[in-house]
Amino acid sequence: MLPYVLKRVLSAVPVMIIVAVVIFALLRLTPGDPAAILAGNDATGEQLAQIRESLGLDEPILVQLATWCKNIISGDLGVSLLSGVPVTKMIADRVGPTLALAVGTISVTILVAIPMGIVAAGRLGGYLDRIVMALSVLGFSVPIFVTGYVLIYFFSLKLGWLPVQGYRPPSEGLFPFLQRLVLPVLALSGVYIALVARITRSSIIEVLGEDYIRTARAKGATGRRILLRHALRNAAVPIVTIIGIGIASLITGVVVTESVFNLPGLGRLVVEAVLARDYPVIQGLILLFSFTYILINLVVDILYTVFDPRIRY
Amino acid sequence: MTRRGLLLRRLRLAFGGGPALVSLVILTLVLLMAVFAPLLATADPTAIAPADRLSGLTIEHPLGTDAYGRDVYSRVLHGARVSLLVGAGAALVSVAVGLVIGVFAGYFRALDSVIMRTMDGIMAIPSILLAIALISLTGASLLTVLVAITIPEIPRVVRLVRSVILNVRSEAYVEAAITLGSPVRRILLRHMVPNTVAPLIVQGTFVFASAILTEATLSFLGAGLPTEIPSWGNIMSEGRSYFQLFPGLVLWPGLALALTLLSVNVLGDVLRDTLDPKMEKRT
Repeated sequence: MLPYVLKRVLSAVPVMIIVAVVIFALLRLTPGDPAAILAGNDATGEQLAQIRESLGLDEPILVQLATWCKNIISGDLGVSLLSGVPVTKMIADRVGPTLALAVGTISVTILVAIPMGIVAAGRLGGYLDRIVMALSVLGFSVPIFVTGYVLIYFFSLKLGWLPVQGYRPPSEGLFPFLQRLVLPVLALSGVYIALVARITRSSIIEVLGEDYIRTARAKGATGRRILLRHALRNAAVPIVTIIGIGIASLITGVVVTESVFNLPGLGRLVVEAVLARDYPVIQGLILLFSFTYILINLVVDILYTVFDPRIRY
Repeated sequence: MTRRGLLLRRLRLAFGGGPALVSLVILTLVLLMAVFAPLLATADPTAIAPADRLSGLTIEHPLGTDAYGRDVYSRVLHGARVSLLVGAGAALVSVAVGLVIGVFAGYFRALDSVIMRTMDGIMAIPSILLAIALISLTGASLLTVLVAITIPEIPRVVRLVRSVILNVRSEAYVEAAITLGSPVRRILLRHMVPNTVAPLIVQGTFVFASAILTEATLSFLGAGLPTEIPSWGNIMSEGRSYFQLFPGLVLWPGLALALTLLSVNVLGDVLRDTLDPKMEKRT
């Protein structure tokens, strides 16, 4: 177990280094003077010099790369060009709504999608199965910002059940906090539920063809027991994998959802930084999101051994 | 039955009815909308008329006007052009570039690990964020947005092509060609690349949908196409502030976008099942 975990942790390191280098290279490989790109067209010479100074753009490229990597390791993502506030502090200030949204979405997904997949697989080709599959194509295809506005239209404008937009931290009361989180979580879950329900269905179908399922049937186990005890357990690995891989679309979704519902989280921060051309903030957030993605998938890989002790590398 | 006859029969079966046929009809309508947008439109999609702003539904403006008095119906029609153009462009370029890189990675083993690790790195960066970074560096124009949307799609194509090439490499006819001393170019073009065509058509369909979605998302966030281009994302982005009073400004382009994506995805699924029944289900 331990050597496997260690090996897996070590294999994530090169990917993280490549991500760091790719992000580093984006600015330097874009044609033109990086400082001028960041400062915009009407920057004064003084501003250019200031940007070069603060980003170390005068140094040789390899020295810049070394500094960039060293800073990442020590948790320094630079400072905002606009406000001079460290990017890490901006992230810390804005992480709350994003975490709430992500945790809410993953919980709803697991609670809804896995039963959906099981039901569909259990009634293969039946009406329920077709409905689940149709819903999953729908969930894939309808963009989050369309779902989001349709939800606002019905639940906030027409029915008046929920506030239109905005965010309240849980410290200001649990009810207002949850009330404003319902629609964003619903909107964001759509894609994710589609993904997970589909994989749950197909991996259970695959497992149902195995010999040990036939054995269980022959022993007189009930359909429900076979689905839950035998099939689901063995289908867990692909399901957990897709939850991990789906984090990438979840991150994209967070950026969009926070914009639609005006949640002051990290996704809004990215958009604000883009509109203000605050490159160090954009760069820092992309690095953060990518590393989160890599680390979650690392955890998922390690979880395999818990779900399926046969897996050893 | 010949192979082609079998394929035709399967295609006919797949499109015989149900969702696939409906999708095909919707997509054809969107295509017609895009091609004939200037004829079908009742107004210039970019003509500003401050006196007519936010008119609501009228006979002259079937879907109302936006905050600048531009006709929403005409803008949505022209939006079809932008979306299909971006989708097709991204699909063609990412398939072409991905094919070349994938063949190199699959055939020349020395390059493999360098190429694939770079692709892993690019794939670990969420595609919208990578596109946002590229656009914020290069400035938004049709070309830069297209490039920024295409780059994150390339690794998926590379992986696909590489896996096909690796599979084919050990086939007897390729080994025979290598033993006979056929030039590398001939082995690649004649024996290997044709095997990638079917999976690439399927992948291309999904890239097409994904690129349309990415463009709309970027434009919606205000980080995409320049605002004077009437893309569905831009129309929605501009309509957002007036959503509570005029939900149609957001919902109509949203409907067009959702229907288009839905049809392309359904068709992609059908194509995949038809062209390559062995191919793994898309996850």
